[in-house]
Amino acid sequence: MMFLRYAIYRFITMLLTLWVVSILIFVIINLPPGDYLSNQIAELRATGQAEGVAKAEFLRTEYALDRPIWEQYLIWVGMAPGPQGWYGLIQGNFGWSFEFDRPVSEVVGDALWLTVLVNLAAVLFVYLVALPLGVIAAARSETWVDYTAAFVGYLGLATPNFLLALILFYYGNKYFDLPIGGLMSPEYEGEPMSWDKVKSILVHLIVPTFVIGTSGAAAMMQRLRANMLDELSKPYVETARAKGLGPAKLLAKYPLRMAFNPFVADIGNLLPAMVSGSVLVSVVLGLQTIGPSLLTALKSQDQFLAGFVLMFVALLTLIGTMISDLLLVLLDPRIRYGARGS
Amino acid sequence: MKKLPDGRWIDEAPWSDDANLSALERSDMDAPNWVLVWRKFKRHKLGLISGIFLLLSYLMLPVAGFIAPYTPNERSADYLYAPPQSINLWHEGEFVGPFVYPTTATADLVNYRWTYETDTSRPMPLLFFCEGERYNLFGFIPSDTHLFCAPEGATVFLWGSDRLGRDVFSRILYGAQLSLTVGLIGITVSFALGIFFGSVAGYFGGRTDWAINRVIEILRSLPELPLWLALSAAVPSNWGPVAVFFIISIILGILDWPGLARAVRSKFLSLREEEYVRAAEMMGAKPGRVIRRHLLPNFMSHLIASATLSIPAMILGETALSFLGLGLRAPAVSWGVMLNDAQNLASIEIYPWTAIPMLPIIFVVLAFNFLGDGLRASLDPYKT
Repeated sequence: MMFLRYAIYRFITMLLTLWVVSILIFVIINLPPGDYLSNQIAELRATGQAEGVAKAEFLRTEYALDRPIWEQYLIWVGMAPGPQGWYGLIQGNFGWSFEFDRPVSEVVGDALWLTVLVNLAAVLFVYLVALPLGVIAAARSETWVDYTAAFVGYLGLATPNFLLALILFYYGNKYFDLPIGGLMSPEYEGEPMSWDKVKSILVHLIVPTFVIGTSGAAAMMQRLRANMLDELSKPYVETARAKGLGPAKLLAKYPLRMAFNPFVADIGNLLPAMVSGSVLVSVVLGLQTIGPSLLTALKSQDQFLAGFVLMFVALLTLIGTMISDLLLVLLDPRIRYGARGS
Repeated sequence: MKKLPDGRWIDEAPWSDDANLSALERSDMDAPNWVLVWRKFKRHKLGLISGIFLLLSYLMLPVAGFIAPYTPNERSADYLYAPPQSINLWHEGEFVGPFVYPTTATADLVNYRWTYETDTSRPMPLLFFCEGERYNLFGFIPSDTHLFCAPEGATVFLWGSDRLGRDVFSRILYGAQLSLTVGLIGITVSFALGIFFGSVAGYFGGRTDWAINRVIEILRSLPELPLWLALSAAVPSNWGPVAVFFIISIILGILDWPGLARAVRSKFLSLREEEYVRAAEMMGAKPGRVIRRHLLPNFMSHLIASATLSIPAMILGETALSFLGLGLRAPAVSWGVMLNDAQNLASIEIYPWTAIPMLPIIFVVLAFNFLGDGLRASLDPYKT
């Protein structure tokens, strides 16, 4: 029951945060002077196309771009009636993309699920790699295993993501015959889900997952190793060893469980970095996530599209952080419920 | 240790009178703080080497124009995508001094690329302290003397040339001027904001603390890169490169401060209960003075160590932004701008040297990481 109450509390704070974030995002995307339509109108005027001007003017009133900024915000979120009535993000309308001349929901479409998929794969990768490596590096600290892991980790931290992506793509294709670019083979695009399509997506995911996950895995591994080393030097481990406990049980029974908490809590730090990484890597590798559409939208001031993508990315991280907080409470009985200490 | 004939062990080291003294009485332990820190830091070999490397890199910045054989936007139209050349010392078993072999370009019309032939029969010695293109030493002293340049009729592209026939090596040196300082300006902004908000939150507590804490949480929960992208997209495109450079570094700093503020705040929460703070307050010190004179010096060194660790993120951030075309733009030279050329697989396959700017990035980022680790370890008084 206590847990449920905490979960509800956590959910409400997440919604509030999301609301503040939406204000922030709206302000940021409106920072550049002018908007997509007024730029277009100026251009049309300059080239003397009167009928285009009329259409753009119509769109401007249609999407309330001629109103003061705070009113635009309320209409965008759906907290005030716009020209088409109450119809904003809350009501499930993501807005209109001027650049593509289609509704935003159509422009992003499948990309949303693929974004979630890519990030999920990267998070899984981080945990699957960091957990065993961190434990082994701690158990065999200051041996070649430890040093190799640290070296690879540091290299992963220091190499710019996008370059790693390009290089891995090149060598992956050359030596392992991995596909280049995209998230699936072109023939499956727009096709319904099938076993072959899933296989194709999985093969295409290998390099992006690796690239996005490496730096996160490196940081995570270092932290797990440090925590494990702290635990391993405690007297109870010594006692267990003296009593003749086997090495595997010695590690897994208590020290690992103790060291595990920060590991789960860390997803709050990990996730924003991963989502950042996935946006960048998607742009470089041409993955059909929302990364590339964010870039084009930002460059052409397509404000509703940019705003929606930013909101979605923020929502993704907020949900991830919330889940990690809840997991932490479930895992660690010492953490008290309630607002304090968060 | 030595074993005596009767089986006992004996320590050969001469007896030192200091050994029995407690730490405070020993002259070598009773040194000013920075000497102690320096002693510990010296033992951290990786950190020391990284520190020296970074020091040299930053010292190189103002004289980059002198070291570089070319200026960043100087084009050699006959040498597009020229491969790296080596500087040789020996020609056919004979010592000639540093020289290069001249190369000639031919267009390979089948594969649509340039191929270069090296003429190994004619060694052409390099010129030293020679005259070349004009540049500004320290940013304001005009000069045209270069440390070394190519002899007439040959080129010296240590790391090859790029799409427009510009020397990659020289451009990396010039690019360092922007890429390395971006981190410094960014960290200054982030430092100022982080210390201000962190100390206000920690010192005053209550509602201020609550509000600042919420802001920190929100900013920390957002993915950085999309926000960087959005903010840099807001920079008007008609601004000059210098203005864009400053605004980009400030943007990088603005999103970095929450981590620092959190560290400062938690430190302040515990320190403000100390007696000396109470004493200072009772003597009528204003909050600003208490924060600046009594509280901050306590852990300034730790803040510097953590700042060192967050510079790499900014350098990588600038690289990523410029790479995507939202950061610094073409006439400006930074490592990210240079990597923009290596954006596709074709150039990595055919002209791998256009990706060389990634090496200095990796080295600098690693160096900052090691330096920060070393500083942190040696600034911790409880660690020996």
